[in-house]
Amino acid sequence: MIEVLHLRKQFKVYERKESLRDSISSFFFPKWKWVHALEDVSFHINPGEIIGYIGPNGAGKSTTLKIMSGILLPTSGTCKVMGMIPWKNRIEYVRQIGVVFGQRSQLWWDVPVLDSFLLLKEIYRVEEGRYKKSLAMLVDILQLQDLLSKPVRQLSLGQRIKCEIAASLLHQPSILFLDEPTIGLDAVAKIAIRKFIQRINHENKVTVILTTHDMHDIEALTNRVILIGKGRTLFDGNVSLLKENYTTDQSIEEIIAQVYTEYEI
Amino acid sequence: MRYRQSNVRSYIAYFFLQIKQGLQYRTAAIAGAITQFCWGFMLLFIFQAFYQSNIQTQPISYTQVVQIIWLQQAFLAFFVLWFRDNDIFTMILTGSIAYELCRPIHLYSFWFVKLISARLSSASLRCMPILLVAAFLPAPYSLKLPPTMEHFLYFFLTLFLGLVLLVTISMFVYISTFYTYSAVGSMLLFAVFGEFFAGLIIPVPLMPLWLQKIVYALPFRYTCDVPFRIYAGHIGIPEAIVSIFIQLGWILLLVVLGRLLLQKSLQRVVVHGG
Repeated sequence: MIEVLHLRKQFKVYERKESLRDSISSFFFPKWKWVHALEDVSFHINPGEIIGYIGPNGAGKSTTLKIMSGILLPTSGTCKVMGMIPWKNRIEYVRQIGVVFGQRSQLWWDVPVLDSFLLLKEIYRVEEGRYKKSLAMLVDILQLQDLLSKPVRQLSLGQRIKCEIAASLLHQPSILFLDEPTIGLDAVAKIAIRKFIQRINHENKVTVILTTHDMHDIEALTNRVILIGKGRTLFDGNVSLLKENYTTDQSIEEIIAQVYTEYEI
Repeated sequence: MRYRQSNVRSYIAYFFLQIKQGLQYRTAAIAGAITQFCWGFMLLFIFQAFYQSNIQTQPISYTQVVQIIWLQQAFLAFFVLWFRDNDIFTMILTGSIAYELCRPIHLYSFWFVKLISARLSSASLRCMPILLVAAFLPAPYSLKLPPTMEHFLYFFLTLFLGLVLLVTISMFVYISTFYTYSAVGSMLLFAVFGEFFAGLIIPVPLMPLWLQKIVYALPFRYTCDVPFRIYAGHIGIPEAIVSIFIQLGWILLLVVLGRLLLQKSLQRVVVHGG
């Protein structure tokens, strides 16, 4: 379903100096360097899987996700999702995926949640019947009844994330990309989100790729993790394989921390 | 083919959502209307002093200048370039543009709808009180009806096309943010030059001839100078018809250029902030 081969992405980053003299000279002769967000990332994902995409801060997780959702162009390498190249035919492609960036909002701030949903329904051209069904399902599982008529700015973070996730699933995509969906949430909200992810994966066969720093997310949701660091794929496989090499009384959090240090990432 | 993918209904729905959002800002509208009203009076007195101290006849009458000034105040949101949409700037600067890009929409059209609806809702809240009060002022300061019904019709048509044209111009300010990482510079540059060449600082007929030639060659005056002077009766119907074609030409050219430039910017887009 998803095929990623030798993905590479570099950004040009301008260097700023502190002293006045240097900042004047960099105004006329800007200095920049290449930053390699991704060096060489490859993996293959089958339909119906839940993948935990993990790695330390700055490893390139979000960049990979943005390439897979058609937002960024890679410098080189290939990426095919459902037979399509995301950044070509972007519009046709994004119709079939759902994306949630935990740290950003896709809902319109000043209007009630339901208004945002209705607009997304038009944007994705969801038929009335299908929309009602999918909304009813989402409202039921995520318990959104009381939130729909509130403006987004009045929602708590947990309530907002629930609505964000619902918004990205109204058009019933077959793939869901979640970039740190549980960041900053309390225990109750986290558990609710995890249960929801499991349910749509089970019942609607949605393929889910999620990045997270919360290893409990991984333990609760998936067996397969892809670990990247410094822009390279370092490990791809069962979580238990990662655990095997370590003493059993260590928590998964400690194991991951050890892995990070061992790979020097 | 590319147009068929993005359906018109989604843009209409977005338009109404934006209008609904824009109409919430009533207090800002009242404050704005009062400011424009005072500003209008100040201009009236400045031009009155100018007209009284000059013996030679000017290329435009004081009454006509009065018409232009009141229309400028009422429809301010239709043509000022500093009227900006902070959503789009923050979207580009903070990286929220990521969400816009993973939707099945054409960014140019989507932003176009957003910008035009913001200006429409702002102007519709402000224009009525200003026009009403200006109509009931004593003689030299009052807003009158245009000379003929035809002038009125062409005023509306050119006013609307002027709004569309202005949005296509302002689109370049937003696109430039991809390159400059700051909204202030390009905003200021566009606003200062644009407003001068639109005749908002000195009415175009009062400019020296050589300057008028430059002004006529640029798109800015077709946003507000044309419709207001038609209303005031300073531009006749034949010139109004020609102006409409020039407006359409500019709109076409700037839309094509803007789309190309946006397309190019998106290829090198950097999503800021992780």
